Amino acid sequence: MVKQNGRIVTGAHYGLKDWLVQRVTAVLMTAYIILFAVVVWISSPLDQAKWVAIFGHQWMRIASFLFLVSLMWHAWVGVRNVLMDYIKPVSVRLALQILVIVSLLVYLVWAVEILWS
Amino acid sequence: MEAKLLKKQRPKHLNLFKISQPLPAIVSIMHRISGVLLFFPGIPLLLYGLQMLLESADSFEALHTLIQNPLVKGLILMFVWFGLHHLCAGIRYLALDLHYGIALAHARASSKWVLAVSVTLTLAVGITLW
Repeated sequence: MVKQNGRIVTGAHYGLKDWLVQRVTAVLMTAYIILFAVVVWISSPLDQAKWVAIFGHQWMRIASFLFLVSLMWHAWVGVRNVLMDYIKPVSVRLALQILVIVSLLVYLVWAVEILWS
Repeated sequence: MEAKLLKKQRPKHLNLFKISQPLPAIVSIMHRISGVLLFFPGIPLLLYGLQMLLESADSFEALHTLIQNPLVKGLILMFVWFGLHHLCAGIRYLALDLHYGIALAHARASSKWVLAVSVTLTLAVGITLW
């Protein structure tokens, strides 16, 4: 039997997954930032048409989307850790966690709209 | 007797405003604060900027005018610093995860490097942009 003592609904899920997610998303974002810096360095876009051209490539859109998914996931794990440290009442913590999740999902939809319109 | 005395003193509650923090602790709390600020208002500001950049020639012009404002420039540079500090401190944590730089002297030195490199890169970005 797995002991459930002291475990609460807004806890950390007590596993390796979130710890690992935080690191994998961090490495993915770092790779994208380097890629983005190189692309901007090479094409040195000064007018809007050039910026649109950079994000016109499908691979750039997909890479940017992966970056933003990593960003939202990373932000979720990080902000949840902060909430678990400072917000003690379960109801308030759960409400704030839901607010964070909903806002991150809205940001993702917004990102898709920006990249593919 | 001695063990009993020791037991009674725990847990210790340190007054964080009275003790002087070692540098790794300062880098750590800055990693946390910068992370929260990058989440909000960082992410919506980033997406708003990306939208203005790509939407139309008019929105691009509006963005161009907006970032001429010295106040906006300072704000952008501040968020660049938050991001770079968060990135450099994060790389330090990845190294620590792999058991590099665990010794106290190394850990103190690397936290100094995190502060120095992120400030230097922020200045470099500032100079490149303006």
